[in-house]
Amino acid sequence: MDHVVPLLVAIPLAGGFLMPVLGRLTKSHRALAVLPIAMACGLTLIAVALLTRPDETVVYWMGGWKFPIGISLVADGLSKLVVLVIAVISLLTLLFSLEYMTHYTRPGLYYGLFLLMVAGMMGVVISGDLFNIFVFLEIASIASYALVAYGTESDELEASLKYLVLSAIASTFILIGIAFVYNVTGHLNWAKIAEVIQAGGGLTMPLYVAAAFFLTGFGLKAAMVPFHAWLPDAHPSAPAPISAMLSGVLIKACGVYVLCRLTFSVLGSHQTFGTVLVVLGTLSMVLGALMAIGQADLKRLLAYSSISQVGYVVAAVGAALVGLALANGSKPIEVASHLAVFGGLFHLMNHAVFKSLLFLCSGSIEQATGTRLMANLSGLGKRMPVTGWALRVGALAISGVPPFGGFWSKLIIILALTQLAALAHWAFYIPAALAVVTAVVTLVYYAKVQRSVLGGEPSDAAEDAREVPATMCLASIVLAVLCLANALVVLPSVRSRLVDPAVRVLSAGVGSTVESATASADREVRTPAAAQVGANEGMTP
Amino acid sequence: MTLAMVPFMLAFLILVIGLYAIVAKRNLIKVIVGLLMMDYAANLFLVLVGYRTPAEGAPVAPILTGGAAGAGDLAARAVDPLPQALILTSIVIGLSVTALVVALAIRLYEKYGTFDTELMRNLKG
Repeated sequence: MDHVVPLLVAIPLAGGFLMPVLGRLTKSHRALAVLPIAMACGLTLIAVALLTRPDETVVYWMGGWKFPIGISLVADGLSKLVVLVIAVISLLTLLFSLEYMTHYTRPGLYYGLFLLMVAGMMGVVISGDLFNIFVFLEIASIASYALVAYGTESDELEASLKYLVLSAIASTFILIGIAFVYNVTGHLNWAKIAEVIQAGGGLTMPLYVAAAFFLTGFGLKAAMVPFHAWLPDAHPSAPAPISAMLSGVLIKACGVYVLCRLTFSVLGSHQTFGTVLVVLGTLSMVLGALMAIGQADLKRLLAYSSISQVGYVVAAVGAALVGLALANGSKPIEVASHLAVFGGLFHLMNHAVFKSLLFLCSGSIEQATGTRLMANLSGLGKRMPVTGWALRVGALAISGVPPFGGFWSKLIIILALTQLAALAHWAFYIPAALAVVTAVVTLVYYAKVQRSVLGGEPSDAAEDAREVPATMCLASIVLAVLCLANALVVLPSVRSRLVDPAVRVLSAGVGSTVESATASADREVRTPAAAQVGANEGMTP
Repeated sequence: MTLAMVPFMLAFLILVIGLYAIVAKRNLIKVIVGLLMMDYAANLFLVLVGYRTPAEGAPVAPILTGGAAGAGDLAARAVDPLPQALILTSIVIGLSVTALVVALAIRLYEKYGTFDTELMRNLKG
């Protein structure tokens, strides 16, 4: 089973290099889309296969070199969940691209960059090594800068520039954080870093500095509120399938996932980090929603709403971090913290599905009418029934209307926050109350979207609108069904297979990371000292 | 603050200057130079992390020259090679980012006829 793990990166990476070459041979969009879609199918199959044994941690050492020379790929419960999300959303957005991208030139480059971005995200999620995460993060980011600028109009170029500059600052901060961690611990392998920090008796001043750099860097990548300036420009400027990928999975795989992993499993559940995450998450949640209300451009509204929804996830995992630090062996607080982690990860899954659905719908609408200003759109419900219903389902799911998945994840987050407030610290009532208020605000602005875009008589722009081609509709329909199907995660049988292993990985904290390292160390053939000499011999000419 | 801290502080100074250029300058080329400076400051910092002063003798590059006999001496005196390997990767990443940002700057210049970022404000944050 371990030999499947590197394929998650290798398949899209190979595609990333093949597609521009194939793009030279044929100009046909549809022919070029076959290979990426087949690859995404393969990735989805691998993700499902990995999830058949959800609690097993698969460790793969690249090139057969063991610790400390080798670089490991680690697929545990949390990685497997995020891998599944990335694979499914990429498959559906590629299906949507098949027809949508016929309006753009150079399809070979588009699919190549798309697959490179997927390879980068997969790499971030399954990498067991801090520097490797940085490298994969950059692969995903550079591909996404180019994809944001894909339209090469002045808006797209400007948005891409803004995104690139802020994201490059973030990368530099992350690299400096890595330097601090390496200086203190002497390791780059996550499990080893955690072990050294544990053995050294907790966090020292340089590690706090490193954590500050990481929080800023990954906070920028995740577009949390003081660092969100690039997102409302970059996400709407990209072609619709790319907006769906960026908002749906990129900010989560490159931002939220790494923050979770870093705080829970490496630095340990610590009150300070948890508090910072709760505050940033709550701020993003509220301000993102408030800024979304006034937007006239449909895609910009969706982008602001992404900031708000990712705020929910970050606030929930931050609250769990504080809860675990305050628990002191108290069982009820631990249970409430686990519930908060579950709510956060569940909402991450849900948001990936409904936000990509909404962005794809906005793409269909833009293609059919030529505009995305909501003032010029009305009565599309009659002209485009499939897209209209998909948009309705997405809007209801994101506003937290039962029985869609979004309702359950928001409910669980709010419940967990209230429980933590009652058991651990009263201050949790503040994020809990704000989460309820934000849910109402979200309902209001999505109600506005539905009324102005779908309701009423068709406007001039909507008069000649026709339903988009079948494959685009198919992608929307599948995502709309997934919005509903996600509600099944609350059932214990589904939950225990899909999300619970990920919750266990995070809530076990540093312990599980160290265990996974020792488990893999059993398989080491050579002792580290012998391996070191062997490597030196190999280097001599 | 000891004398050993001075190089680290200087590396941070470069970082701050780069950040200042990105935040305060209107000319796109100066912003790109700021980005490069930040990138180099981070690389410099990583190399400094790997530097060490051995108990006796001067530090040497981590290259084994004297065959197996020289291995002990190398282990005692060589600087840490890992950060050097890391910055090689980081430099390549920096190069691709720079190539992309320069390409964007050229395209933007074609659209607006200027490098002044104040004059290219179609999008509001």
